Amino acid sequence: MKPFHYLRPTTVKDAINALASAPNARFIAGGTNLIDLMKRGLVAPEKLVDINSLPLKKIEQKAGFVRIGALALNSSVADHTIIAAKHPLLAQALKAGASGQLRNMATMGGNLLQRTRCPYFYDTAFPCNKRNPGSGCSALEGINRLHAIFGFSEKTGPPTCIAVNPSDLNVALSALDATVVVQNTQGERRIPFADFHRLPGDRPDRDTTLEAGELIVAVDIPDAPFARNVHYFKVRDRASYAFGLVSVAAALDLDNNRIKTARLALGGVAHKPWRLFEAEKMLVGQPVSETAFRQAAEVAMRDAKAFEHNAYKLKLAPNSIRQALTLAAGIS
Amino acid sequence: MANAHQNPAEPHPSLDRVDGRLKVTGAATYSAEYPFENLAHAVLITSTIAKGRIRTIDAKAAETAPGVLAVLSHMNSPGVPAYGSVKLPAERAPVGTAFRVFYDEFIYFSGQPVAMVVANTPEQARHAASLVHVDYESEKHQTDFEANLSKAAVATSVQRNKTSPFQDYDRGNPDAIYTAEVKIEATYTIPTQHHQPLEPHAIIAVWEADDKLTVYDKNQGVKSAQGNLAQAFKLPRENVKVNSKFIGGAFGSGIRVWPHTVAAVLAAQKVNRPVKLVLGRELMFTSVGYRPFTVQKIAIGATKDGQFTAITHEGTGQTSTYEEHLERTILATRAMYVCPNVSTRYRLLNLDVNTPTWMRGPGDATGMFALESALDELAFALSIDPLELRLRNHADSDPERHLPWSAKSLKDCYRIGAEQFGWKNRILEPQTMKADGMLVGYGMASSLYGFHRHPSKAKAVLLADGSVVVQSATMDIGPGTGTAMTQIAATMLGVNPKKIRFDLGDSGLPDAPGQNGSSTIPSVGSAVHAVCKALKIKLLTLAVAIPGSGFADVRPEDVTVKNGRLFPSADSSPGIAYTDILKHHKLTQVEVTEESKPGAERDQYSMYSFGCHFVEVHVSPVTGEVRVKRVVTCADVGKIINYKTARSQSIGGVVGGIGMALMEESAMDHRYGRYVTTDFASYHIPVHADIPQIDVFFVDQPDPYVNPIGSKGLGEIAIVGVAAAVANAVFHATGKRIRQLPITPDKLL
Ligand SMILES: Cc1cc2nc3c(=O)[nH]c(=O)nc-3n(C[C@H](O)[C@H](O)[C@H](O)COP(=O)(O)OP(=O)(O)OC[C@H]3O[C@@H](n4cnc5c(N)ncnc54)[C@H](O)[C@@H]3O)c2cc1C
Repeated sequence: MKPFHYLRPTTVKDAINALASAPNARFIAGGTNLIDLMKRGLVAPEKLVDINSLPLKKIEQKAGFVRIGALALNSSVADHTIIAAKHPLLAQALKAGASGQLRNMATMGGNLLQRTRCPYFYDTAFPCNKRNPGSGCSALEGINRLHAIFGFSEKTGPPTCIAVNPSDLNVALSALDATVVVQNTQGERRIPFADFHRLPGDRPDRDTTLEAGELIVAVDIPDAPFARNVHYFKVRDRASYAFGLVSVAAALDLDNNRIKTARLALGGVAHKPWRLFEAEKMLVGQPVSETAFRQAAEVAMRDAKAFEHNAYKLKLAPNSIRQALTLAAGIS
Repeated sequence: MANAHQNPAEPHPSLDRVDGRLKVTGAATYSAEYPFENLAHAVLITSTIAKGRIRTIDAKAAETAPGVLAVLSHMNSPGVPAYGSVKLPAERAPVGTAFRVFYDEFIYFSGQPVAMVVANTPEQARHAASLVHVDYESEKHQTDFEANLSKAAVATSVQRNKTSPFQDYDRGNPDAIYTAEVKIEATYTIPTQHHQPLEPHAIIAVWEADDKLTVYDKNQGVKSAQGNLAQAFKLPRENVKVNSKFIGGAFGSGIRVWPHTVAAVLAAQKVNRPVKLVLGRELMFTSVGYRPFTVQKIAIGATKDGQFTAITHEGTGQTSTYEEHLERTILATRAMYVCPNVSTRYRLLNLDVNTPTWMRGPGDATGMFALESALDELAFALSIDPLELRLRNHADSDPERHLPWSAKSLKDCYRIGAEQFGWKNRILEPQTMKADGMLVGYGMASSLYGFHRHPSKAKAVLLADGSVVVQSATMDIGPGTGTAMTQIAATMLGVNPKKIRFDLGDSGLPDAPGQNGSSTIPSVGSAVHAVCKALKIKLLTLAVAIPGSGFADVRPEDVTVKNGRLFPSADSSPGIAYTDILKHHKLTQVEVTEESKPGAERDQYSMYSFGCHFVEVHVSPVTGEVRVKRVVTCADVGKIINYKTARSQSIGGVVGGIGMALMEESAMDHRYGRYVTTDFASYHIPVHADIPQIDVFFVDQPDPYVNPIGSKGLGEIAIVGVAAAVANAVFHATGKRIRQLPITPDKLL
């Protein structure tokens, strides 16, 4: 770990300025991802700007949306009465992630920005386009059991990166149409969730559209009728404390067994949380039924493509979509 | 805590762990925690290629980085005297040579230590390590076990040793398998699995003088570590002290002295300061051995009513190019069941990897996964209940050595296990039992583990205040050795356990074997038993000499003890307090040392622990996720010394077995010969949510022949067979036979 300077500003402005003046500086929140990255030599900031003293921990109901401060802890959000009442999908997703101890450290902002768990990214002995652009993607012909089935481009050659975004929170936020609120030296910027995370394209090193030096201050979730018929379904290699193989965030607004609105997003399948707009559209107006859910799952999987070790996802993902919808609808 | 699942047969309350409080309050000192002024910190730099040589090491930037004391490598190592003085030989190490750290430029495996930075602080060392640039010349490597399987051969060491148990073995007619009425044949694969104890390996090395070395080291045998280091550095044995009082788990990873330990000792010599080295989690995958990748082919032939007529078992394990690691993989098959025709073959495959080592239930956990899975396949083919099939082929005496068992209550284990589990509720046909949308499966497997007893010494000192100190250079890697030994001494001497202290984990104590092969209770327990008996006799002699004590003419075997007093017989007189015996003789202490060792009984009896496991799994038809819902395990390990620690031991074994069955796999990218699962986010071990109620039962009958205390080992047998029981339950639930561990959801979809 490279020696670094450390400071702990108390205002958003100071924090942003601290980063603006030092290109190789980093914010640190819970540190549950960043410290690991530093220890493995993947990032070597000269300056750590500890943002834990910034006043960004609140969870509030605003007009038409809930605002969650960027420093609200994953555990606080998961247990908050507003979240439990209005966005139980979010609480479920958070509780499906990591462990109690980690959720007590991890923040909303940090969770949005956690890096992939692709083993080739973490070990500097392997080539990795995400870590070292141009060096190649080791996962393509390597051990790719955990890797993407959507969202990599093969138009101009082999995919640049087939790593997946590991966050559970992101899958729920994607389904809930959240907005990421960021501050930079110019002021505030609001990024719709669908535009926040990126596909690898020709810049697999960039996970998000956040610009250097920008601080996430909050996540806004628009009010929506998803207080009841929601389910976060996560499949993993052990019962708890494991990243998902595939996960599904499903939210339904039902009117007498007819689907008025549907939201669906997949985790563990792409470089970003994978929103299933087509499948959602297909569900609207349909009665709750196994057939409808099966059709939605089929539509969802249309463009999927597997690699040597992750073909099981082609079956696991649609199975999980159906299961999540079934559980969300409350039929079993 | 009230425990509804206590064995009803538990004869007396168990002694609580004597060091439990120290451990849970953080007061126990582990190897990396000894404070030293002037302590320097080391960080290893390891090879990123699997085979080749080091061309250059550029350490200039590191050497001038703040706080750096030295950058050690083969270029400037003070040298390990036992390696010999020849530097940079042109030849690679011949087979049978232990890896020599910082010796020459050859690379034998990815993750091999190539250099080490020593600095004033761990952070400085870590940073400087990132500045060292190693330039390699790669050669083509082979690490892919399955792709190279055809190159496997009889190990050189076996070829040289005609009496090796790993020689090809044929009992009866090897061709009988071809004419069997019913036959199953299958291949089972176990991937590389790592011990990964929660405490990483760590050492503090201190040169007390030019020829005096002390190490605080995580290992499983202070005496063997002492011997090893003395030999490596050509020091008199007594000049090397090894201190390993508390160990945060090991499972076999600490049986050997590994290269990193030697490296730390070299570094301490180089910088002339105490040096601490703690392995990072990722280095734990290439520094301390592992359960080797193993492929096994088994065929069982039987009559239509399930009598075995022939078994063939071929096992191939992986090893490094420089050492041969052999394990018992195929051996259990010769002893476990009655069968007239048995053939076993054992092969090794040398790959460009580090050498494997023993991991809990070494060989047997591997072999019994295959054998007990194969039995289940046969039971299915014959439509016979799997337990019934085992009973029909039960071996009443050792079919391999043609000797009587010293003791065997496996049928009792089956009966207790089946009753407690409710095995009779199992429906024979797979894929028929369901609950809450889940496929339900019941599986079982037998378990066995050979009996190991080694010569051991113990010393007992009775002090004037009536307290007793018992000492032996044994270890506690977790089972509760100190507790069990205290309990043996307390019972033998009639002294309150609170007045007994048991010392272990220090090479200065009387000789004892390392903690491996489930040998501690059988060996050291016997020594403690012997030394306490000797102390009792010495006290009797002293009591006899006290006029009017009433001990004249009393025979040693009639003496009884209670509450720190000696009585001439069970039902008589007030007796005499130990303290009064000492007082009378004006002694400040009475001390005895005894050795206990096995004898002729080893040639008269075949000695094993036996047991069985019953497992219920639920499998999701949607996701392929397997959850173990309950486990009943029953073992016959002779007399149980302490039920509480024994139960914990069994539970730990079952947990390890669940990990082995469902999640543990060290996956390697063979293009690089390098593991890709080098943290706990990718190398999964069970977490609490994976572990259901585990009910533990013991037959608890002393084995009359194994040793004076009648106890056999429990540590290994607790895991042997568990993976098969889980896999068999998965088959029963789903109708899918997974022959390649671990059974992850993708394999069941
Ligand atoms: C063992 C383990 C298991 C885990 N399992 C799961 C799991 O199952 N599911 C899951 O979803 N997650 C899991 N996680 C990941 C965990 O959720 C993240 O590590 C955590 O959410 C990161 O939050 P943090 O506050 O600690 O971020 P940090 O580590 O402090 O920061 C992460 C990154 O975000 C940047 N950053 C942080 N806050 C801001 C901000 N406000 N503005 C701009 N940049 C910012 C930092 O500079 C850094 O680059 C696991 C983590 C571990 C270690």
